[in-house]
Amino acid sequence: MNLDYLDFEQPIADLEEKIEALCNIKNKVDIVQEMEALKTKSSALTKKIFSSLSDWQISQLARHPKRLYTLDYIDNVFDEFTELHGDRAYGDDHAIIGGIAKLDGQPLMFIGQQKGRSTKDKLKYNFGMPRPEGYRKALRLMKTAEKFSMPIITFIDTPGAYPGIGAEERGQSEAIARNLFEMSTLATPIISVVIGEGGSGGALAIGVADIMMMFEYSIYSVISPEGCASILYKDAAKANVAAESLKLTSQHLKKEKLIDEIIPEPLGGIHRNPDEAQTLLRDALKKQLNSIVKTPIDQLVQARADKLLSFGKFKD
Amino acid sequence: MSWLEKILPSIASGAKKNIPEGLWSKCPKCSSTLYEEELKKLTYVCPNCDHHMRISARVRLESFLDVDGQEEIAPNLVAVDPLKFKDQKKYKDRYSQAQKNTGEKDALVVKKGTLNGMPVVVAAFDFKFMGGSMGSVVGEKFVRAAQESMASNSPLICFSASGGARMQEGLFSLMQMSKTSLALKLLADKKVPFISILTDPTMGGVSASFAMLGDIHIAEPNALIGFAGPRVVEQTVREKLPDGFQRSEFLLEKGAIDMIVHRSELRDKVHQVLSALMHNG
Repeated sequence: MNLDYLDFEQPIADLEEKIEALCNIKNKVDIVQEMEALKTKSSALTKKIFSSLSDWQISQLARHPKRLYTLDYIDNVFDEFTELHGDRAYGDDHAIIGGIAKLDGQPLMFIGQQKGRSTKDKLKYNFGMPRPEGYRKALRLMKTAEKFSMPIITFIDTPGAYPGIGAEERGQSEAIARNLFEMSTLATPIISVVIGEGGSGGALAIGVADIMMMFEYSIYSVISPEGCASILYKDAAKANVAAESLKLTSQHLKKEKLIDEIIPEPLGGIHRNPDEAQTLLRDALKKQLNSIVKTPIDQLVQARADKLLSFGKFKD
Repeated sequence: MSWLEKILPSIASGAKKNIPEGLWSKCPKCSSTLYEEELKKLTYVCPNCDHHMRISARVRLESFLDVDGQEEIAPNLVAVDPLKFKDQKKYKDRYSQAQKNTGEKDALVVKKGTLNGMPVVVAAFDFKFMGGSMGSVVGEKFVRAAQESMASNSPLICFSASGGARMQEGLFSLMQMSKTSLALKLLADKKVPFISILTDPTMGGVSASFAMLGDIHIAEPNALIGFAGPRVVEQTVREKLPDGFQRSEFLLEKGAIDMIVHRSELRDKVHQVLSALMHNG
């Protein structure tokens, strides 16, 4: 069993292994046909599996160990990235990366949550769980962006804000709340993309946006499937059931008009074709950015307010 | 069954019969038996150990506002179960059970009225209504409270008591955090004061939105206030939590709140502060 593949990806993994084995054979003349046949089979199988993914399988893809993280995108999606550090008060939280960049010649402020792949990086980036100083760094950069009329692009990928002792002592709640407060009327365009996992308030704290986008197999939820399962089902192992109940996929959220756009993923998910994923993301951002910078700021801020106020379903 | 067991139940049930229900209560902290009528006069603060008991939204509003001229805002808002959510129970069933248990339509009650003669808008959470959780109705009611405040240029006061966002409404609940924060931003731009009064417990999405956006933060003594619940924090960091972690006194020490005020002094303290903030009318 290949640990880089999820359980429902295993049949694809088996085929891919065979293809790879054939690639290593020196005399390729005899096997070209067989390889082509296997490749066709693999892609057909992938299509079939991915045409009927459950919400739980999508949740697993959103947190796939080989999925691209913020730092994997920056250099390929943007130009001239200059990282900026620190909240000017306490420290520099690595779980949130921020800096100045350009997209299609347009200067902008970039803010994104970063997980880590190796054990060392997981610790460095705290598994993508920001502390208050991360949110305060993000807010500082957003204020700078507003001051210099730069649009803001944020990438969301976090299990949630860090539930630690120090984080609580330094005001995790206040840090998140302050960002929601300031972003709600910030006088510059804000585009957010959920690139993997949108974990509750920790995600929303950099996600109050004019344009909210999600990669096809990313998730955005009020609570993680595991958290929901342990509270409501009294059993964290029921995460698969909770995932179906929470309606946390891009398809569900688009239908409910809680997000604006779904960015399609390469066949088999981002991890199967990183180059294509980066191009898809870059193109989607370029399109939105080019149109949003043309909107007068007061119109934009009014539209954002109207949109925020429209969220919610109730009977009067 | 021994002879003792045989007579015990009859003694217990006999004792029950002698105390009409609702006449006596027990302090959840010091376990002293308290006379309900007296407790009510003390707005449910234990006369022995000073424990501030959790109280319903309606008791809170009725005891905080001046008696005359209380008027409820948006009393008829109800949830619609947008996700058709079902865990071990259907959300619909949980919701109607909560309505039955509390007599409220949802977890937030909003009233306008006066405080020592000063016009104010006050929102209060009912923790007994699904843990005071915030879904679409709570968010919308809070926004209407803020809008009423703005329209009448009267301060907004909110008594929070909530476990956080309501899971059963999924991302709709999460969006109430940004929606309510926007309402407060618009209120702040108009320079109308917002006083956040944090009561036991104020956690998660409520704490990480409007409850921490007050011009003044007041907490009741020993209230649990924080983002992540203490059990989650303990499981994450795998060490013993410091004494008094996430309690009002701890938050005061860490700079998250302005003051801790005894329930009996809240009316006068809030009025005093607001009079200063509103000195220009």
